Amino acid sequence: MDVLLVHLLNSLLYASVLFLIAGGLSLIYGVMRIVNLAHGNIYAFGAYVTAWVIGSVVAGASLPVWLVLLPIGAVATAILGAVLEPTLLRPFYRRAEEYQLLCTFGLLMILEDVMRFFWGPYPLSASALFESFGSVSVGESIYPSYNFLVIGVGAAAAIFLWAFIYRTKFGVVLRATSQNMRMASALGVNVNRVYIEAFTLGCFMAGLGGAIIVPSQSAVLGMGVDALVLSFIVVVIGGLGSLEGALVGAIIVGFVREAGITWFAEIELAVLYLIAALVLLVRPAGLFGRA
Amino acid sequence: MSLLVTKDLVKWFGETHAVDRVNFTVQESEVLALIGSNGAGKTTLVNLISGLFRPDGGQIIFRDADVTHQSVHGRIKAGIARSFQLVNLFDQLTALDNVALTIFSREGKIANLAALAVSDSAVWDEAHEILRRFGLDAKARTLAGGVSQGERKLLDVAVAFALRPKLLFLDEPTSGVSTREKAPIMDTVTSVVRSTGISAAIIEHDMDVVFNYSDRIVAMHQGAILADGTPDEIRRNETVTTTLIGTPETR
Amino acid sequence: MSVAATATRPVASSMRPLRIAIPIAVALALVPLVLPAYSSILLAYGLVMAIGALGFNLLLGYTGLLSFGHSAYFGVGAYAVALMVKYLKVSSMELFLVGAIVASILVTALFGVVCVRYTTIFFGILTLALSQVLWSLAFKFFWVTGGTDGLRVPTPSLFGGLVTGAGDKIAFMSHAYYYYVLIVFCLCVALMWVIVNSPFGMALQAIRDNETRAEFVGVRIWRYRWVAFLVSGVFTGLAGALWVPLNGLTTPDIMHWTFSGEIVFMTVLGGFRSFAGPIIGAIVFNYLKTYAVGYTVYWQLLLGAVLVGLVLSLPTGIVGTAGRLLARFQGRS
Repeated sequence: MDVLLVHLLNSLLYASVLFLIAGGLSLIYGVMRIVNLAHGNIYAFGAYVTAWVIGSVVAGASLPVWLVLLPIGAVATAILGAVLEPTLLRPFYRRAEEYQLLCTFGLLMILEDVMRFFWGPYPLSASALFESFGSVSVGESIYPSYNFLVIGVGAAAAIFLWAFIYRTKFGVVLRATSQNMRMASALGVNVNRVYIEAFTLGCFMAGLGGAIIVPSQSAVLGMGVDALVLSFIVVVIGGLGSLEGALVGAIIVGFVREAGITWFAEIELAVLYLIAALVLLVRPAGLFGRA
Repeated sequence: MSLLVTKDLVKWFGETHAVDRVNFTVQESEVLALIGSNGAGKTTLVNLISGLFRPDGGQIIFRDADVTHQSVHGRIKAGIARSFQLVNLFDQLTALDNVALTIFSREGKIANLAALAVSDSAVWDEAHEILRRFGLDAKARTLAGGVSQGERKLLDVAVAFALRPKLLFLDEPTSGVSTREKAPIMDTVTSVVRSTGISAAIIEHDMDVVFNYSDRIVAMHQGAILADGTPDEIRRNETVTTTLIGTPETR
Repeated sequence: MSVAATATRPVASSMRPLRIAIPIAVALALVPLVLPAYSSILLAYGLVMAIGALGFNLLLGYTGLLSFGHSAYFGVGAYAVALMVKYLKVSSMELFLVGAIVASILVTALFGVVCVRYTTIFFGILTLALSQVLWSLAFKFFWVTGGTDGLRVPTPSLFGGLVTGAGDKIAFMSHAYYYYVLIVFCLCVALMWVIVNSPFGMALQAIRDNETRAEFVGVRIWRYRWVAFLVSGVFTGLAGALWVPLNGLTTPDIMHWTFSGEIVFMTVLGGFRSFAGPIIGAIVFNYLKTYAVGYTVYWQLLLGAVLVGLVLSLPTGIVGTAGRLLARFQGRS
């Protein structure tokens, strides 16, 4: 029973992080109709920045300091996003899709080596924060308390985003632009600003995902592409452009992965692909997607 | 026997009846104009018949065969072809290539990847001939993306024509073209159509074009057929003139 | 042929390409005779990559599908050869090529069915994801694939055993094997030329330019994309098979996305809207990589930055830009 509970918690842990990454990807696509292939590396960048700050820069400080600085990875990626959108993405909106994909793929490669340049080829950890949370007993097993923080942040992010998009004025503008960019522009919306804000928010989410998970597992080169592939599965299942879809998809992928790791370690990724392929066959736009 | 018959054809978009139990017929060797205000369902009807959309109800019978569930490919093989309202061509290929490709496709030769396309002179000769009939021979070697709007419209029709259809749907063949150019385009199109004996159904907004070139007019409104008759009958039909052309006082 | 000559000049063909290709082929054939062994081996690598890029560009330049997972097919070809050595004790190059082609057909047929149903974005990530799956399988099943150590492949025998690899390996690679690669390269270029200038090639370009219209002139989109995917994957798999004896060894990183990125890069560098672009791009890239890798560890950064720069300012690549400059120089518009 308690083993099941541990698996459940692990699934939710994974789902939280995936929701943040895939949600960011979906948000950006929903508003701007672009897919940033470097999105996974944005997540990785957030992980590295947080790991570096908490694990090295203020390694000797105390728990409260670490907690305050935890989101710094997300702040860094938000800034990165705000810089990237007008410089590297905007020139491609009017051009054929291949060019946009090529450019963001180039960005993926650049970011990979930027991280290598700053932090070297070895994993970077911030485990002190993780360990200082201790653990709780779940039946006869023990479970790291820090993971509850991650799950909590994931849930909070989902609620916050929902409120933000459906209850605020900015959210209305965001939704209007995503449904009909020209109309929104004709009504006076500054589409350029909406784009940069949406992109920044999406990058913030991805970076936050990296930031909160890094104390639990180190930042390592290659984590970005793995995350890209997994968040792709999430948006296939949930539908590209839909936040509800990202949430549902993340939960499904989280559970399947946990089950896969436990019972079919070798083919865990294949099981995920199988599910994605089935969803694509039955509902090509995903569970919540728009074609 | 009618060439094409639709029986109670239905298409929903969300809550709206884009096409509401339409019974539409086209006879052999006739030129028919399909008129109606925007949103009347004309393009949706053509999309349903050509296979771009699946109907939500009803049947489409073409030459006595039920094509309601046929793929686009199947309908083309049966003899239905169309041009598009927003010109839809292969811009990076020349005008000649556009037509030649269509002929290769019609002949089932595009599966051939082991022979140079140049070597099939019959296809290229026919392509030249078709371009000539449409007055486009001078632009044979120009990229489709680089010819004028009027020429693109004609090329669009020529490509559809190259499929040797029995029924040709033309979606606004003169839209976006200056008034001066409309008549030459319609002259060319109708002369090709009539000389080959195929039927054409033309969606048009320009009433001069409609009345000057068609044998029969079908008027649609809000997804249903409002009236169906010869140009004279339609001109005298008050419902049509009020709904679509405007009341006598306001004209 | 005279009727065709007066009536037509379709897609891109005329006899002019032969007038360029033959002197180049002759020049390539002279390389082992005038340059040191190292040069011809390096060029052999370049020619092999050119075959791979040529295959890749059938999808990108001609069908409009950008694949980020072509390293998978290169790896399939390479590992097919290595596994034939390991389990079947084969050493004939001809058998290697056949095995690689069969393996590539199987994998691309399967992957293609899944991938070609989708648009640019999904297609791109799906190809990337599938190649990562293969890469991770190469690790996981280490008792078959040798894991990170990889599998060794000894010098093969060529032309059904007529030319064996016995003796000086360098001499073999720089002469006999070089000519073998050159012959296969010329055959591949000729074959691809016919394919892109065939009615099938025209249909692909139509699909690229306007999917809807292609459907409405009777082209069955998925089917043709799938065949293009298949042909593309087989060319790249063939390249992988030719590469392995040169390298002597195959490891999982040949299936990693970073290598897919290199294939994309070299094609864009050469110019993906032309036939010769991928060939030139691959050969140039091969030289760049050999000399640059010695200077910097940040190879991905360099590639990525140059790729972004190319896409921003020189999207037609080397061949396109050279063509434009040449046209301007000759006084045309």
